[in-house]
Amino acid sequence: MTLSRGTKILLGIFALIAGAFVYVPLGIILINSFSTNKSLTWPPTGFTTEWWAKAVDNEGVRSALLTSVIVALCATAIALVLGLLISLAIARYRFFGRESISLLIVLPIALPGIVTGIALNNVFTSYLGGLTFLTLVVAHATFCMVVVYNNVLARLRRMGGSVEEASSDLGAGGWTTFRLVTFPLMKSAILAGGILAFGLSFDEIIVTTFTAGPGITTLPIWIYQNLFRPNQAPIVNVVAAALVLVSIIPIYVAQKFGSDDERAGGVI
Amino acid sequence: MRAQRLLKVATVSASAILLVAACGGSSGSSSSGSASTGSAAASAGTDAAPAAPGGAAYAGPVGAGEGQVNILAWPGYVENGSTDPKVDWVTQFEKDSGCKVNLKTFGTSDEAVKLMQGGGWDVVSASGDATLRLIYGDLVQPVNTDLVPSYADIFPDLKMQKFNSVNGVAYGIPHGRGANLIMWNTDKVTTPLDSWAVTFDPNSPYKGAVTAYDSPIFIADAAVYLMATQPELGIKDPYALDKTQFDAAMALLTQQKDLISEYWSDYTKATQAFESGSTAVGTSWQVIENLAEADGGHVAAAKAKEGATGWSDTWMIAKDTPNINCAYKWVDYIASPSVNAQVAEWFGEAPSNAKACDLTSDKNFCTTYHAGDTEYWKDVYYWNTPTTACLDGRTDVQCIPYSEWGTAWSALRS
Amino acid sequence: MTTTTATHRGFWYRHPGLRLGGLLTAPMAWLVVVYLGSLAALFLTAFYQVDDFTGQVVRSFSLKNFQTLFTTSAYYQSVFRTISIALLVTILCLVIAVPLSFFMARVAPRSWRPVMVALVLTPLWASYLVKVYAWRSMLQPESGVIAWFLKPLGLDGPGYGYIGIVITLTYLWLPYMILPVYAGLTRLPDSMLDASADLGAHSGRTFRSIVIPMIFPSVVAGSIFTFSLSLGDYITAQIVGGKVTMLGNVVQQTYVTNLPFAAAVATLPVVIILLYLLAVRKTGALENV
Repeated sequence: MTLSRGTKILLGIFALIAGAFVYVPLGIILINSFSTNKSLTWPPTGFTTEWWAKAVDNEGVRSALLTSVIVALCATAIALVLGLLISLAIARYRFFGRESISLLIVLPIALPGIVTGIALNNVFTSYLGGLTFLTLVVAHATFCMVVVYNNVLARLRRMGGSVEEASSDLGAGGWTTFRLVTFPLMKSAILAGGILAFGLSFDEIIVTTFTAGPGITTLPIWIYQNLFRPNQAPIVNVVAAALVLVSIIPIYVAQKFGSDDERAGGVI
Repeated sequence: MRAQRLLKVATVSASAILLVAACGGSSGSSSSGSASTGSAAASAGTDAAPAAPGGAAYAGPVGAGEGQVNILAWPGYVENGSTDPKVDWVTQFEKDSGCKVNLKTFGTSDEAVKLMQGGGWDVVSASGDATLRLIYGDLVQPVNTDLVPSYADIFPDLKMQKFNSVNGVAYGIPHGRGANLIMWNTDKVTTPLDSWAVTFDPNSPYKGAVTAYDSPIFIADAAVYLMATQPELGIKDPYALDKTQFDAAMALLTQQKDLISEYWSDYTKATQAFESGSTAVGTSWQVIENLAEADGGHVAAAKAKEGATGWSDTWMIAKDTPNINCAYKWVDYIASPSVNAQVAEWFGEAPSNAKACDLTSDKNFCTTYHAGDTEYWKDVYYWNTPTTACLDGRTDVQCIPYSEWGTAWSALRS
Repeated sequence: MTTTTATHRGFWYRHPGLRLGGLLTAPMAWLVVVYLGSLAALFLTAFYQVDDFTGQVVRSFSLKNFQTLFTTSAYYQSVFRTISIALLVTILCLVIAVPLSFFMARVAPRSWRPVMVALVLTPLWASYLVKVYAWRSMLQPESGVIAWFLKPLGLDGPGYGYIGIVITLTYLWLPYMILPVYAGLTRLPDSMLDASADLGAHSGRTFRSIVIPMIFPSVVAGSIFTFSLSLGDYITAQIVGGKVTMLGNVVQQTYVTNLPFAAAVATLPVVIILLYLLAVRKTGALENV
């Protein structure tokens, strides 16, 4: 499809504007993390690095960060296992109810977080005695599962069954085929799914407010509590800016591995 | 080969089980929450309030702390230096008692009741519109005041009130009391205000920049305004509204909605809105004015002449809490004279401990806040829970119960 | 070799049904018991009442909650307002995402792709709350960035409200629309586009008749995210919405005083989204989600 030069330039300009739209607010967050003004009016009245220093010292941030990481790791671990199992089932087998199950599994993400939140909260407080760390992990794993499922399913579909059939023809049993053929080809999808699941759990606030036990403060909860507080709001900006900068690593990793065995997977 | 495979499967499953165990048993206290199945004592509430839960108070003595105490409190009551480094009475408590404080603040009494229903909390600072719901909802236990040495010095007119005791049994330790104030941004509002009129008048000069408290209990504020502006309605108690009075209050609030920029239940959001000027005037708490001024904002507040709603708070102890000793230690600590003085000054309310008046850094504090001034509190209507049995004693009509206040409020806000 | 492999064709090979069962048990148990179970419990609660005084749930079956919901005009307005916001957000995301993804997939040099994808993904990692708050400070009347920008032109910014909510939600969910559309565009086989050119169609025609139908499932997949995420959101409305509320806010506010009523309200977005999902299943979008 050949486009005229003019169209290409227009598209390029549009892309630039869209990029600006996406990055200007992030830039403002970054600038505000250096601002001396605490109620964040614009333009900032002065610049200082004290918030960055305070953020490192702040015990609330550190423990919230640790809690978030632990919760996300646990939830991702569970989600990887369950998501993998169910995507293998959906992709490689035909059975009664397959359509319904593939609809069902999207629900934890498709349905509003507040519905999931109050539903789980209702069950946990009425029948299980209360909210704990485990209830939070269970809630997160439920929607993280979907992300893993999507990624792995897409890869399994693109792979097609021919490679596995070839492996069987050569005499490998089911588990061996999985171990030596299927799994290596899926690795990058699993990694991508895992990273997305981790990110989803790490940033989740709505379901978390309804299912976290007393005293459990994840980073988003800490942010929510401190968003408007004059002494803490600039630290919130620091945390957000830091998260963006740090996230470049997993994104780069996911990209690198993602493109590596794309070719291997495309055995058509 | 098969054995090898089995071994691999076993290893994988074992590590999976370990992982689940680790994730399941990690930090965070297991809650002791009471199930929220309808309380046996709760009836449709047509007559007098249902029978209070028996439940024995802790016999004591208060022993060694359990290591932690989970506190549900109004913002500003439990400060550990994170809001303002100079404002901290929690660190000392943690050092003295060995009880680590896990705090969750709430923005409205409804949130407090809901959170208590969810379980896991040891102590709660409840306003008068939450206390009775907690007591009759079987969520709190009677408090053994002999175990609380500070109790002796509490102002007598706060002890054993209708909202914190039942049949002579105390359910909590009084904390402090205050009124809901009208606050304004002095850059936008140049003449000091003394009336709610600009927040309700359809032709208010601050249309689009007014704020109101985001809770059904705010209907009482409309009722208080109506007591002064429409005396023919005959409202005597803003929490005892029959259908006509209630409809009038709702009509006023619907009219007010045009003037509103934002409703607030998060006090920090209100602080930021007043400071930045996106809110020019509206209902507020003293602590919000204190915070905004400390941050360099230009604000002022006053009690309106028509009267105001207010609150009288009580520290209550959750039923079946495992951290009973820490709970009693906290309740005694926060009611002790010097701490009570610190909280009262920070939050901006009249203290509950008479001895606190000598310990405030501002020597006129108790006078300014009318700690012992009964006249001042005459037109401050403490938050209360409306019931079908009219709280002002009328028996010829039925009043609107709180659940319907909630429904009406949610329709207003939708 | 045949004999050894025959004995190694174990139990699992001969019973594919059991294999399937083994794969499905754990996740299905989780989804059905934990997730569906709690949704069902919530739905059941919608038929209960609350005690007038204590606010605790009383298990007496009644349709009163649904009656109130369907007869009070305030709630209709909320439903329509929320759906309109969700639709607007979806359309805006589309309008921005399609040309952008087209640029990324078809116009920009191939070597730029990883960088551009990374640039699209990065904002997802900035905390949702902080992004909304950034918009709050941008939309702040008179002292925010937008007001500061528009003042020399003599205009007022939108301030907090409906428009603020739409802009913020569009901003938040844009990556969720870009990614599937981009993926769809990269998967578009060049051969089809060449064939179309060979048959004499110019670019516009090709775009209309070939590209759009082929990326339609991806667009729908993206719309599932933008629509459902907007439909259930309440935090954005709290932070930048001023006094405007969405369905999620109704649920969140009534949840504290009247759980059965909140449950009844919560069934509305669930029904809407389920209908939407069933409708789009046919387009094959669920494969691309």
